Amino acid sequence: MGTSDMAEIRNYTINFGPQHPAAHGVLRLVLELDGEVIVRADPHIGLLHRATEKLAETKTWLQTVPYLDRLDYVSMMCNEHAYCLAVEKLLGVEVPLRAQYIRVMMDEVTRILNHLLNIGTHALDIGAMTMVLYTFREREDLMDAYEAVSGARLHAAYYRPGGVYRDLPDRMPQYVENKFKNAETVRRLNEARQGSLLDFLEDFTKRFPAYVDEYETLLTDNRIWKQRTVGIGVVSPERALQLGFTGPMLRGSGIEWDLRKKQPYEVYDRMAFDVPVGVNGDCYDRYLVRIEEMRQANRIVRQCIDWLRHDSAKGAGPVITDNHKVAPPPREKMKASMEELIHHFKLFTEGMHVPPGEAYAAIEHPKGEFGVYAISDGGNKPYRIKLRSPGFPHLAATDEMAKGHMIADATAIIGTIDLVLGDTDR
Amino acid sequence: MEQAVLGIFQWFWGLFGLWNPLWALIQPVWPLVWVLMKIVAIILPLMLCVAYLTFWERKIIGWMQVRIGPNRVGPWGLLQPIADGMKLFFKEVLVPTGANRALFFVGPVMAIAPALAAWAVVPFFEGGALADIDAGLFYVLAMTSMGIYGVIIAGWASNSKYPFLGAMRASAQMVSYEIAMGLALVTVLMISNSLNFSDIVRAQGRGWFADHGAGFLSWNWLPLLPMFVVYFISGVAETNRAPFDVVEGESEIVAGHMVEFSGMAFAMFFLAEYANMILVATLTSILFLGGWLSPVDFLPDGFHWLAAKISFFLFLFLWFRATFPRYRYDQIMRLGWKVFVPLTLVWIAVVGTWMVSPFNIFK
Repeated sequence: MGTSDMAEIRNYTINFGPQHPAAHGVLRLVLELDGEVIVRADPHIGLLHRATEKLAETKTWLQTVPYLDRLDYVSMMCNEHAYCLAVEKLLGVEVPLRAQYIRVMMDEVTRILNHLLNIGTHALDIGAMTMVLYTFREREDLMDAYEAVSGARLHAAYYRPGGVYRDLPDRMPQYVENKFKNAETVRRLNEARQGSLLDFLEDFTKRFPAYVDEYETLLTDNRIWKQRTVGIGVVSPERALQLGFTGPMLRGSGIEWDLRKKQPYEVYDRMAFDVPVGVNGDCYDRYLVRIEEMRQANRIVRQCIDWLRHDSAKGAGPVITDNHKVAPPPREKMKASMEELIHHFKLFTEGMHVPPGEAYAAIEHPKGEFGVYAISDGGNKPYRIKLRSPGFPHLAATDEMAKGHMIADATAIIGTIDLVLGDTDR
Repeated sequence: MEQAVLGIFQWFWGLFGLWNPLWALIQPVWPLVWVLMKIVAIILPLMLCVAYLTFWERKIIGWMQVRIGPNRVGPWGLLQPIADGMKLFFKEVLVPTGANRALFFVGPVMAIAPALAAWAVVPFFEGGALADIDAGLFYVLAMTSMGIYGVIIAGWASNSKYPFLGAMRASAQMVSYEIAMGLALVTVLMISNSLNFSDIVRAQGRGWFADHGAGFLSWNWLPLLPMFVVYFISGVAETNRAPFDVVEGESEIVAGHMVEFSGMAFAMFFLAEYANMILVATLTSILFLGGWLSPVDFLPDGFHWLAAKISFFLFLFLWFRATFPRYRYDQIMRLGWKVFVPLTLVWIAVVGTWMVSPFNIFK
């Protein structure tokens, strides 16, 4: 029988997304299947492309900050951080110590936020749907911290070149009684919110390790969880380096690389914390790395709180640079002094002028190395901004990680990548 | 009971003086009418249980997940399942262009029909079965096996990729667990010497412990403990519930065989799934936990005991769903074929040896 008589046998191709409950946003993953086994996984990106880099060229240096929030919309302040560091490098301004501590504290709060979301949704993808609700319970508290410092729960726009927008608040937003929450519930919810933000966060850092233990009870030794994650999406240390992995993805493969330790920025060199690394480079190790990173982040937050407390004299001080060509002067001074009024006027009409030059600043973003490469031609707008998002190289490795596994493992792999398409597509 | 019901009718229609003409009309077909009445008496409460099982599932999982669950429709959200049912009832049933129209509708019917038909032989209390037949266990096994066809036909008829994957998974998974389940039941029928559900329950009411007041220790669960566990887990797998819900596999193949269905056609699958859950819970209670028997001597037997046992198993179903991650398809197969089937085979041998040995406790 000639080949022409035979039915053509082709692999089954399915579209995994962009509308799929486990595709984390708008990822379109084209899976070529041999039965249930993945022969090829082809991620298609760009459905959430918003041209952030191009938009930045038409905005003043400061106006770009809120756009950075919208990149990786689960770790907002970390995105701003890298951008502010790059601009500060170009400007050569000093960031006050208190602002540095605040930034480190909020970065670590953000890291917990991000990892909570990741572990919750990763477990949800693998079928343990309760996890996501538990992690969101804790995220709610941290979102309140975001709201308290910046006024926004998600898109904070709190970091500014030269410092942070304002000092930490002395009171926390309170819950109010309504149709759905009775007096008793409101009282319970507000209990930890009576003092300042620092009091609230301190209370949280005390409660948080117990919560992490709860998550571990549900997952870490769970047979099914282990069967679904151990040995899935294995990346060797060499391959992880070649593929450009960073963050928990790289550390999960056993390479100890953390910008907070290797190239300390802000006050990370004053913090005591450990960097967890994995052994096997599979989904399970990366999950363990993230769990431990949350515990370490909690430690860092605690150290920052201790330093930032007003009652220790060293904690007081300005939170934004006094170079008024970069940051606006205080309002009282602006009303009283001609010089300050001019600064104010120039800043709010033209924005800051950044000296010509190029700078790259990277931070240890919860997902990996998030870098901003900024070129200035001396104007009030960037000449060019290039963003290095950690998710992009990770997503590019999907094919390599998923090949030979089954469809169900594709969801585990997408989960472990900690994918946020806003960040990948930019 | 038949006489009591007839008496009530006679009294009611006699009030209007209509009893005699009515009875003349009905008498020739009375046996048929009586059976139909019994069917309605089973199906209606069953459907109500299904509706409120969905409600309780959402409530219980909600509480486990630090949420409230449905609480908007009616007092405490009690009308939620009614609202859901109305919504599905009035929705259009869309048929995809590429689907096989006839098979597309056969699928849901094939799913729900066996799920309801299996209830015919289930005894709810002493003598309380629609058909107290001798091959009851056999009949139930046959009926539950039929349910698989609904899933396979639906997946195939949809002519779509995700449903097809779901159907493939279903055919493999449900067939495999059918075997483990069947083998687990072999031990039950060995020791009770009967395939009749009522006999199986009665057999559990006898024994040394039952004679000494602690009847619950005479039930099958204790001597058949591994089979009890295997049977219930297989039942969870058979009904495609978490952690074995790969056929629907929400985060993998979205809803599997149900992707292309809407309105009542979708509701049929839903009803079938929950009716099957209740069925598995009921069978486990009857086969291993002594059905309507009271656990202790000083309390009377009755339907309330069966209801309590069923509720316990249904709660386990929901608890599993809120707790466990989902197995991967090949891991389910491995569990079925490499763990459950060998275990049941060994236990059949063990029970067989036990029965012919001098230590036989099953007489």
